[in-house]
Amino acid sequence: MKHEFRTIKCGLISYAEALRLQKDLVREVDGGGAHTLVLCEHPCTLTLGRTFHEENLLVPRAQLSSRGVVITPVDRGGDVTLHAPGQLVAYPILDLKRMGRDLSLYLQKLEETCVAFLADFDIVGERGKAGTRPGQFRGIWVGPEKIAAIGIGVSRWVTYHGVGLNISTDLDLFRMIRPCGLDAGVTSIAKLTRCAPSMPDAAGIFETKFIRVFHDQDHSSGTG
Amino acid sequence: MTKIILPELGEGIVHAQVVRWIFQEGQQVTRDDDVVELMTDKAVFNIASPGSGTITRILCHEGAEVPVGAVLAEME
Repeated sequence: MKHEFRTIKCGLISYAEALRLQKDLVREVDGGGAHTLVLCEHPCTLTLGRTFHEENLLVPRAQLSSRGVVITPVDRGGDVTLHAPGQLVAYPILDLKRMGRDLSLYLQKLEETCVAFLADFDIVGERGKAGTRPGQFRGIWVGPEKIAAIGIGVSRWVTYHGVGLNISTDLDLFRMIRPCGLDAGVTSIAKLTRCAPSMPDAAGIFETKFIRVFHDQDHSSGTG
Repeated sequence: MTKIILPELGEGIVHAQVVRWIFQEGQQVTRDDDVVELMTDKAVFNIASPGSGTITRILCHEGAEVPVGAVLAEME
């Protein structure tokens, strides 16, 4: 990457802890610090985005709590999203002020990273587009099923939140919600290939694709 | 008077929805304070104050869809 860049691989950490880390990093990156990619997994957590609708929780909250599911409202776009072990979560903390101040381009590059990641497993991922999917369009799809959810936050042009990509997530957990408010199925690399990578391997591959996609952007835009 | 404007956000993004005002009319803000939170289809973002002063008038209320370039608030 043209800019100074680092990756922090956290393994399994709580959603709250990862959020604190992101907020600290946003301040650091806004102050000129290195662009940072945080890669992690979360214990079973439901996050409720700014357009959350209660009817998209399909199990009563009390029951979810008794199952140990953490529920937390978050300042990102989108509806309800599930995180669980086996899902690779990527939180890029990038200063878009150094990259042309283009939110669309950033989202597009994030989707492109996911598509390139999936291609390594011979999976053809498609970006959701306005008009081609009901309701929310962002995210990565394999046929009619969603494999990655995307929701981002931006403060002073510094990005946080990001993408959750199902590697070997227990897909039965998604029965608790209507993901992103859609009546669509979800899938994972394990379901599609019956041979999922380990989480450390998945993190390494994602990091490589991320650097490649965002490095190209830096060079083509001529900024930074 | 300084205007707080919804800036260009990128190709294809023509409007955004006001989610909440972090500061209200009459409140003092410092340059670079996040003053308002907005949302597009999958991104929530904050607009920072272009200077220090007092928010004198909020022109777009919570829930409103506003076009890029719109004046969100005025400050002195």
